[in-house]
Amino acid sequence: MSFSIKKEGDIVVVDVEGQLIVGNRQELKQKVLDELERGEKKFLIDFAQTGYIDSSGLGVLVSLSKKIREQGGELRLANLNDDLKTLFELTKLDTLFQISDTRDRALSSF
Amino acid sequence: MVASPLSPPPEDAGLRVSLEVEIPSDCAYIERVVDLVRHSVSELSYNPRQLALNVPVALTEALSNAILRGNHEDPHKRVRIRADVDERRLVLEIADEGVKFDIDAKTRDATDPENLEREDGRGLFLMRALMDHVERFDVAPGAPEGNVVRLTLTRA
Repeated sequence: MSFSIKKEGDIVVVDVEGQLIVGNRQELKQKVLDELERGEKKFLIDFAQTGYIDSSGLGVLVSLSKKIREQGGELRLANLNDDLKTLFELTKLDTLFQISDTRDRALSSF
Repeated sequence: MVASPLSPPPEDAGLRVSLEVEIPSDCAYIERVVDLVRHSVSELSYNPRQLALNVPVALTEALSNAILRGNHEDPHKRVRIRADVDERRLVLEIADEGVKFDIDAKTRDATDPENLEREDGRGLFLMRALMDHVERFDVAPGAPEGNVVRLTLTRA
């Protein structure tokens, strides 16, 4: 499992490879918060290569979204497979995030 | 409530896999346990969604609760996992050495608007949404501490 960060224009894109769970959520949180501290405002997390997410992983996404909004920025999500979509629907977090089917659509939505 | 022995599988249950795993109270072990259990479940042709979503997420929740809230990551305490899988149903038991808790009182409705933006509190809710049954037992009769959380899922 790993997180890679790259810039697409003025958007910070984070790829989540493997699981986003209790054992690695702090690593994702810290990487995004570091970018936020550098003044970045637009964040996209891409789940194309993600296995599963647990409640801690969902919690980190909620927490990051709040912190980014507080700084006048925005966090969007892309490429949730059907199982991950179900997870967001079960917890109603699909109502909290703007979720795009593809990375390109997400990038052009900012 | 005290942990009762698992009911014997039906005579026509066919192939049956049992697995016992013990880990330290360290979240770094969670993925390896999930992989071990998922491998056993995959041998019995469970639905792809159950393999990719229900089993790994519910088991991860139960393990992280046992490690973090039950054993408080105490290196002297262990978490024991028992998996019993046949062609009809999967039963997982996760045992910790922590203070007893009331599973109903601890389950919070994660979809309540008041809870939607909370960082924590979705674990038991997700376990119950993804499994057919979620129960909590005492580890042994009269034991002052220790919880067994039993997750049951019927093969789809």
